[in-house]
Amino acid sequence: MNHDSYPADYIRGILHSVKVIAMVGASSNVVRPSYLVMQYLLSKGYDVIPVNPGLARQELQGKTVYRTLKDIPQAIDMIDIFRTSDAAGAIVDEALTLSPLPSVIWMQLSVRNDEAAARAEAAGIKVVMNRCPKMEYGKESGEWAWVGGNSGILSSRRQNMHESGKMQSLGLGVIPTKR
Amino acid sequence: MTDQPPGFDTLAIHAGAAPDPSTGARVTPIYQTTAYVFNDVKHASDLFALRAFGNIYTRIMNPTQGVLEAKIAALEGGTAALALASGHAAQMLVFHTIMQPGDEFVAVRQLYGGSINQFNHSFKSFGWHVVWADAEDMDSIEKALSPKTKAIFIESIANPGGRITDIAAVAKIAKRAGVPLIVDNTLATPYLCKPIEHGANIVVHSLTKFMGGHGNSMGGAIVDGGNFDWGKSGKYPLLSEPNDSYHGMKFYETFGGMAFAITCRVLGLRDLGPSISPQNAFYILTGMETLGLRMQRHCDNAQKVAEWLSQNPKVAWVSYAGLPGDPHHALQKKYAPKGAGAVFTFGLKGGYEAGVKVVSSVKLLSHLANVGDTRSLIIHPASTTHSQLTPEQLKKAGAGPDVVRLSIGIEDVADIIADLDQAIG
Repeated sequence: MNHDSYPADYIRGILHSVKVIAMVGASSNVVRPSYLVMQYLLSKGYDVIPVNPGLARQELQGKTVYRTLKDIPQAIDMIDIFRTSDAAGAIVDEALTLSPLPSVIWMQLSVRNDEAAARAEAAGIKVVMNRCPKMEYGKESGEWAWVGGNSGILSSRRQNMHESGKMQSLGLGVIPTKR
Repeated sequence: MTDQPPGFDTLAIHAGAAPDPSTGARVTPIYQTTAYVFNDVKHASDLFALRAFGNIYTRIMNPTQGVLEAKIAALEGGTAALALASGHAAQMLVFHTIMQPGDEFVAVRQLYGGSINQFNHSFKSFGWHVVWADAEDMDSIEKALSPKTKAIFIESIANPGGRITDIAAVAKIAKRAGVPLIVDNTLATPYLCKPIEHGANIVVHSLTKFMGGHGNSMGGAIVDGGNFDWGKSGKYPLLSEPNDSYHGMKFYETFGGMAFAITCRVLGLRDLGPSISPQNAFYILTGMETLGLRMQRHCDNAQKVAEWLSQNPKVAWVSYAGLPGDPHHALQKKYAPKGAGAVFTFGLKGGYEAGVKVVSSVKLLSHLANVGDTRSLIIHPASTTHSQLTPEQLKKAGAGPDVVRLSIGIEDVADIIADLDQAIG
């Protein structure tokens, strides 16, 4: 995978397919990006499991925090890494010991570790680096334009409201025409 | 569909403008509302604290405005945009986000007169100090820099003389100085020139001009290039430091490549308030769908008018970068190869009286103080917009007694030339 520029359907395919996301580096500080991303992904119906040794066994946004990935008692579809690029290597290696393996490892905006990505891809895991799933969901759903963002997506098809039925919330219901 | 990037005209029509999610309306609706209901109390508090995307109040955002912003951002190749009441409002919010009292910014003298006034007078009362340089002399820009400099400001195609600025050369100076380059792209529009591709960090627009293009709506815009590190120097605390009015959120950390546009919205627009009306956003959106068609016609017509004027025995000189002998012709070929724009000046051998006679005698061209309309426009600065200046000041401002400014429209060019012919006499 070329991690400088992802193909049109790659990110969308991941956002459509994953359900359970382990967030490594989840924060209890309400203005930290990890807190905001966790909140957003929960609101879109993803099951987000926070991982942070400093907050282990506490509740964060209604979810139990785990010390490590290995402690999570259920299968994980995606690991979202809110740590430094250097720290991401050890997290990927821990992920590679899980059974079953996650299908996606996602490193947040500004986080990139090409060696770790290569190890994960060798094990058949899809990797995204230096992106934010909240931002990408916002682009794919059309919410991005609400704040004047350039999503890079054109569509002549109507975007659906989110399945929660709430106003001011768009979902991924329609696959837009991407150019 | 393929991954082939869409062309300019496709973006002008489709970018940001998917069918309306609520109604299926194909054309972007005019959301003529001041406020939006919340789902519940938590949703409301999340919106106010920027923890969720969503509409609160039209002073800060509006769905019609959002489509306009997304379209402008796509056409300029930026990460995000913010639409505002006017181009002046856009400049005010850009500097409000960058500057603290006592700070300086460097601007070149070759600017729209309204910007010169805003920088010299109104900004001074905020403690923001402009230091003037010359767009023709890169050394003068270097020399104007100081440790207090927070930005450099230029126009891509300068008003009124139609001069082209060497954007990449200025961008290099800005990069070395660690400050953002702000480019007013009003007269070029992204159809002719995309400053971000040449190293600009922020683009501002008066949408009132060619972008809307029909002389019916005021508007302005800020485009975030997403290519400046606001955290590196500590010189931009509004972007890099915790913000007390948002519970200590750091905007650059939270919003990354679109932090500048978001900060202008959630601080500058929230607190200073120059929002665009949804109705005006709609008119400008409609105009922008034909931006490429119109700009090409504007430029083609302007080229022919400039060529005709340069052959007219009563005309002393023509300042249009599209003319092969013009000092800015090489820069035009580099930065705006599809055309040199449609706003330029010429001088009459008859001086002040001849200028007054021309604007008094036109029958098709409109004598008024605007540019970038479908209609051809004409003004004699020395007897109108600049009449309070001394002869020396007039000369410095590029508005000497003989100067006539044109904004060439998209009428049949033979009719524009015929009208100028009878008016020059």
